[in-house]
Order: sequence, then C-alpha cells, then structure tokens
Amino acid sequence: MKITINRFNGTKTYKKEFHIDRVTTLLNALYHIKENIDPTLTFSSGCRSGVCGACAVMKNGKEVLACSTTVEDTDVIAPLRYHDIQKDLKVDKSRTKETLKRANAYLHTYKDEILTANDEKANERQSDCILCDSCYSACPVFAVNSDFLGPFSLSRAYRYAVDKREGDSMTLINAIQQNGVWDCTLCGECTAVCPQNIDPKSDILNLRSLSMQAGFSDPNMMSMNFGTSGFL
Amino acid sequence: MIDILIIGAAGAGLSAALTAKEEGANVVVATKRLPTQSQTVMAQGGINAALGNIEEDSPALHIEDTLKASHSLGNKEMIRKLCEKAPQTIERLERYGVPFSRVDNASTPLSSIAQRKLGGASRKRACYAQDYTGLKILHTLYDRALAMDIDIRSELMLLDLISQDGKVSGALFWDIASADIVTIKAKSVILATGGFGAIYHGYTTNAYGSTGDGIASALRAGGVLRSMEFVQFHPTALKESHILISESARGEGGYLVDEDGNRFIDELAPRDEVARAIFNKIAEGKSVYLDIRHFGIKKIEHLMPQELHLCKIHAGIDPSKELIPISPTVHYTMGGIAVNEKFEIEGLKNCYAVGECSEAGVHGANRLGGNSLLEIVAFGEEAAKSALSNLKESNEIKNSSFVKKDDYLNLADGDIKDIYAIRKELGKMLFESAGIIRDEEGLKTALEKLEEFKGRFEKCSVAGLDTIYSESVTDYIEIKNSLYIAQILLKSAIARKESRGAHYRSDYPKSEEKAYTVTVSIKQGNLSIEMDKKEN
Ligand SMILES: Cc1cc2nc3c(=O)[nH]c(=O)nc-3n(C[C@H](O)[C@H](O)[C@H](O)COP(=O)(O)OP(=O)(O)OC[C@H]3O[C@@H](n4cnc5c(N)ncnc54)[C@H](O)[C@@H]3O)c2cc1C
Ligand code: SF4
Ligand code: SF4
Ligand code: FES
Repeated sequence: MKITINRFNGTKTYKKEFHIDRVTTLLNALYHIKENIDPTLTFSSGCRSGVCGACAVMKNGKEVLACSTTVEDTDVIAPLRYHDIQKDLKVDKSRTKETLKRANAYLHTYKDEILTANDEKANERQSDCILCDSCYSACPVFAVNSDFLGPFSLSRAYRYAVDKREGDSMTLINAIQQNGVWDCTLCGECTAVCPQNIDPKSDILNLRSLSMQAGFSDPNMMSMNFGTSGFL
Repeated sequence: MIDILIIGAAGAGLSAALTAKEEGANVVVATKRLPTQSQTVMAQGGINAALGNIEEDSPALHIEDTLKASHSLGNKEMIRKLCEKAPQTIERLERYGVPFSRVDNASTPLSSIAQRKLGGASRKRACYAQDYTGLKILHTLYDRALAMDIDIRSELMLLDLISQDGKVSGALFWDIASADIVTIKAKSVILATGGFGAIYHGYTTNAYGSTGDGIASALRAGGVLRSMEFVQFHPTALKESHILISESARGEGGYLVDEDGNRFIDELAPRDEVARAIFNKIAEGKSVYLDIRHFGIKKIEHLMPQELHLCKIHAGIDPSKELIPISPTVHYTMGGIAVNEKFEIEGLKNCYAVGECSEAGVHGANRLGGNSLLEIVAFGEEAAKSALSNLKESNEIKNSSFVKKDDYLNLADGDIKDIYAIRKELGKMLFESAGIIRDEEGLKTALEKLEEFKGRFEKCSVAGLDTIYSESVTDYIEIKNSLYIAQILLKSAIARKESRGAHYRSDYPKSEEKAYTVTVSIKQGNLSIEMDKKEN
C-alpha cells in the first residue's frame, strides 16, 4: 500500500510517498517507515493508546490520532493546521498551550461541596480532553484571529465553571469574554474531529448562557444594536 | 539562582513543583515532552486511599496489604507514611478539582468519591475517575501548575546530572529545539523521570519514553540503584499490541478463561501470581482470554469506555460480544534510584528522586495497583518539602567540566538505522530472558547478547542527520540509556538467586528465609552489585 506524507525539513515542504505493508494503526505505519525505510521521518507519539494527545495529524484533510486510526492505501498524511511546523509531522504546541493560561482554566476558589454521581456527569466529558490540539487545528476562526482562545481551552474553562466546587466562577467567565466565547462561529468543526467525543461547540454555547446570566452580552449584537437604535 | 530544578513533569514532578511553588520557591520544571504527554495519563484503574467510602477500611489495612505484596522487601516506615498520607492526598486532589467518580448520599466531600477494588487489595480502596484516573489527575495538576505560573520548560531531555564528588548542582539537557546541550543549575534537583518499562520495547504497556533516563543518570553521577530486578508484569494486555486492559475489568467481575472457556485462577490474586498463571497457560501453547461479556454494553460504556475503544482499535473486537485475547506484559518497574526517608538519593547530595524512577521502599518485590498514583502525588509533595529544606547550602561547583556534543552523540561517519533494530531485538530478548520466569542460563546468555547490541550501537551515528527537532536523536539517547539499564537489570536478576514477588527464578523457585536487597553502584569505574540483608 502507498501512503503520502507532507514533509517539512526546516526550509521547504514537499510530498513523499512510501510503500509499506498493511499494519494496524497509522502510528504503526509511521514507525514502520522510520525504522525500516527513512529514519529521518519525524512525528510525535507517546502512549500509543489514545490518551497522551501527542500523535494528532491530518489524514486526508481530517484531524486524527495516528495511534487510534487505521491507514488505507493512498492516504495522505499531513501535520496539524494553524501550528508552526517544526519538522515533518511534528508541530509546535506551545502557543496552543498558552491559551489555557489565558482562559484561566483551573479551579479558582475551592468550595466544600458534596458531589453526587449526577454532578460527576456535569463535566465528565470535558475532563476527558487529552490536549491533542485536533480541535484547534479544525477551527476556522484561527485563520482570521490567532488570539482566539479556541475550543479546548473554552471546554476546559467550562469544565471548571460548572464544577460545584468552584467558588469563583465569575473570574472564569470574565476571562473568556475577549477572544473567547463570542468569537466562535458555532460551526461545529471542533466537535466533529474530537477523538474523545467532547463537544466544545455546545460547551461554548453553554458558556454564552453563563456569561449572559453573569451580565455579559454578545458584543456582536451590541454593535448591531448601536446601528439600529436611532430608528427606535 | 533557581532553588529547585525538577526533571520530569508528570504526576511526581508536578506534585513536587506545586508544593515547592506554594512554599514560595523558585522552581523550574524541565521535561522531554509536554507534561500531558507523560505516562501518568495512561493510568486507568485508580489511586488508593483508605477512605472507607464503600466498605469499612483503614490505613492499617492499607499498610498490611502493601506490606504483604512487597514480600518482606518493603520499608515499613515508608509504607506507613504513604498509606497514612493517602486520605490527605486525595483531599489535596479534591481541592485542585480532580473530577473523581462519585457515589450518592455522601455526608462529606471526601466520602462522595467512588472506590473500586484492585488486585491484592482487601478492600474497595482505589478512588477513580471512570477509567481515566491518571489522565484526570495529571491534567488537573497541569492546570494548577499553569495557574501558579510555574516555569515549565518542555522538550529538554536530561542527559546527565552535574555533580562533583557526589554533590549535585544542576543538570545537562539535550535541547530538542536547538539541537544543543544546555545547562540548568539549581540548589536542589529532584528527579521525577519515571520508570524503565519501555526498554522491553514491544512487550510493554509503557509509553515509548519510559527508558529510565533519570535512573541511568543518577547511577552515572554516583548514586545508588536498588531492586532493579523487580519488574511487574501486568496480567492483561491485548495480545498483539500489548496495550493495557485495566485491572478494573477484573475488579468489576471479569473472568480469565482459557481457550476451553474454563477459569483457572482467582482473578483478583496479586498481579505476579495471575501473570504467572497466564504465562504458564500460554507456555503450554494455549490462548487466554478476558471475558467481560456478562457486563453488557451499558456497563462497559459507563465504567470502561477507554477499554471498549482500545479493544476495537487495537484488536478489532467488541468486548460486550467477544472474548478479549490477552497476554501478560511489562507494566511497572519497582526498582530504581535508592532514596532514604527524605527522598535524598543514596550516594548524592542536593539531589532527590520521586515517583516511578525512585525506589522508596513502598513496593518492594511487587507493587499493588493504585499505589503508584498515590506514591507520585503524596511523595511528590514530600520530596519537595525535603528539597525546600536544602536551599541554604550553597553548592556552586567551580569549573564544571566542559561538555561536547560528541560526549553523547556519535558524530563519526555512519548511519542511525540500526538503533531501531537494536531497540526491537533488545525488547524481545529482555521479555524472553528477564521476563515472568527467569533462569541463570537465560540471563547470562542475554548479557552476552547485550554486548553484541552495544557493539552494534557504537557504530550507529547521528552524522548526516539534521538534528534540530530530530526525534531520531532523542530515540538515540533513549536507546543508549536502555542498553545501559538492561545490563543493570540482568546483573541484578542474576544476583538474586531466589524467587520473590515479581522476580521468579525457575532454577531457584523458593524464597530465601532472610530477605535482602540488591543494590547497584559504580565503584572505581566499575559496576558493583551488592546484597544488603534487611533488618525487618
Ligand atoms: C497503562 C498504564 C496504566 C497504569 N495504571 C495505574 C493505575 O491505575 N494506578 C496506579 O497507581 N498506577 C498505574 N500505573 C502506573 C503509574 O501510572 C506510573 O507509575 C506513574 O504514573 C509514574 O509517574 P511518574 O510521575 O513517576 O513518571 P511518568 O509518568 O513516567 O513521567 C515521567 C516524566 O519524566 C519525563 N522524562 C523522562 N525522561 C526524561 C528525560 N530524559 N529528560 C526530561 N524529562 C524526562 C517525562 O517526559 C515525564 O514528564 C499505570 C501505568 C501504565 C503504563
Ligand atoms: S464551533 Fe467555534 S470553536 Fe468550534 S471549530 Fe467552530 S468556530 Fe471553532
Ligand atoms: S477537545 Fe478533543 S480535539 Fe480538542 S484537544 Fe481536547 S481531546 Fe483534542
Ligand atoms: S500516541 Fe498518545 S495519543 Fe496517540
């Protein structure tokens, strides 16, 4: 079988085809190439079981975890989008991790609270995130606004905002107004690619409701209101 | 100057970093990957603490179970410290916001945490977050570390400690981005670099990077290693891929069956016993399966969503309808850097070790499931406290000798390809000779073979590679460490002429009456293996 890899050697990008035997996962295919054909092929991996988030790449234009996806003849593999490529499939994730800091996604003030199995459900999914960056790569907002907090940071902010142990969700809500919940186009691309079935789009919608309850409003709507207020 | 340099950013490293930072120290954490790309995220089953939420339990029972599993090699004092600190450790995680699984109608925050039974435990003692316990703990610690603005430097790979006459003053790293050697100096250094299960390449549940880098560097700097022969084999990994199927599958009532459908062992006996029973079946040419079909899809989806997914992708089966083909596999390394009760590395000053890279006396000859996550968080805090008390001493070392790239990398003509063949062959050889059942002949043959691997490795070169952002260079360093550690493992396993816990010698199937530990250090440039009789 033949797979094509979009490579980058520090100065230029180029396509390279590899002929390999059938293997179980895409990650195994990449290792097969590295170990037997071309040791310079560069990609990230770690757990090989879908939990460390290191191995996310594009397969035929869609984000996948290399260790948790199969590989077929004629597949084209490329690095994630909206990330600086370091080499081949290895990308720089430091900027995306910065968004976590800006989103203030952590428990601010612990409050004694007796949780129940139902409370566990409130943020079970959101806390399954493995920080693979697939959603970031799929989000069209980054094409126009590189400061956008992005799907995984917002889902993580939501995780803490709805945690009953959070005694200061206001600080959390505050932090996601700028380049945050209102900048999302609700296109759902993030939700479609998440390997952990997290739904950042819904989380963002829910964060918008929480923001409104906290007295914030949609800045896009506000500018529209200014435009029409003269007629009322 | 940096107060504390912590190397490794998983459970042990981040727990230590948070404590140190909370106490106001100037902390730097250096790690070879991103923190969340550490092996800790893979832990599924749970973290032990005698909270007694589901059934009556006490730290005393926890201590008893842990001591028993250690087969007389555990350090009673350290085990007591660990088990007594467990409830408080869970409380710390609760306060950081770890999203544990819950039970209803609890009367206090801590008593709402769900607990399950893991092998070797007399009670339902493992707190969990579905089957993502390690993931959720590590990510929560990471969020906290970002909130505290801890200086985390990723893609720095430890090469060696900087030390003179056993006094450690920092460490040398391979900077993956610049392809250069960088130095970080600090008053105290904490190693939290994880275990060495990945040297059994292809036969382990461990992440690729668990090659014992920190353990190797501690030995080279003059530190002592202990119990390196004790490697835990997990009874149930998927047969071909060696991906883990968590013990919680058996804890919840899963069966182990042979190809005729017969159960052949108490599924919740200690890991070493279960692993050997499975291994013996396989040695007879039989296949062994895990059967959780009776759970039904609903329960599987709820309790072990991750297992369900892993079975599908790596074995192509649906565990609610089919038997899961399994094999025992390398899972945890009990041995490591010998530390005292303050986590100071024996033989070194200003340097501490914690987590799977250390041998702190809590696991002995066998580790209980759920005790490792506990160890990394609880002792991470303790190690930081010790390091914090060692900040006044000035240990500036003058003219630390100049290091060159070719001290670490072969830059002579040649190519690198053979390192991957070596890695594979080494993994297979270790699994076969230093595996579940060992004997002198097999171990000695492996040592000879190892010399051949080393010879081949010396011919491998990174010349001709563009080393910036190169994963081949990191692989090269990891495989070099693997070869180094393999030798220590084999020699320690030869030295222990008895069977105990996870170390089973078919030529010495019984335990000796008096327990002893095997330690490794470098004396006059040579590896020295010694046996210490224990006074327990
Ligand atoms: C599949 C699996 C499931 C498990 N399930 C459980 C469970 O349910 N309960 C339980 O208690 N235990 C479990 N364990 C064991 C437990 O997860 C580990 O023992 C524990 O997480 C080790 O943590 P650590 O912080 O010591 O090291 P690791 O998590 O191994 O982290 C080591 C850190 O050091 C860094 N590092 C390594 N080498 C270098 C270097 N050269 N330079 C710089 N940085 C370096 C790494 O990048 C990483 O950040 C499981 C293990 C596995 C593999
Ligand atoms: S729904 Fe919002 S966050 Fe998700 S991809 Fe679309 S724009 Fe980005
Ligand atoms: S939300 Fe999903 S896609 Fe995004 S980083 Fe987390 S796991 Fe990956
Ligand atoms: S290798 Fe860890 S998610 Fe794929």
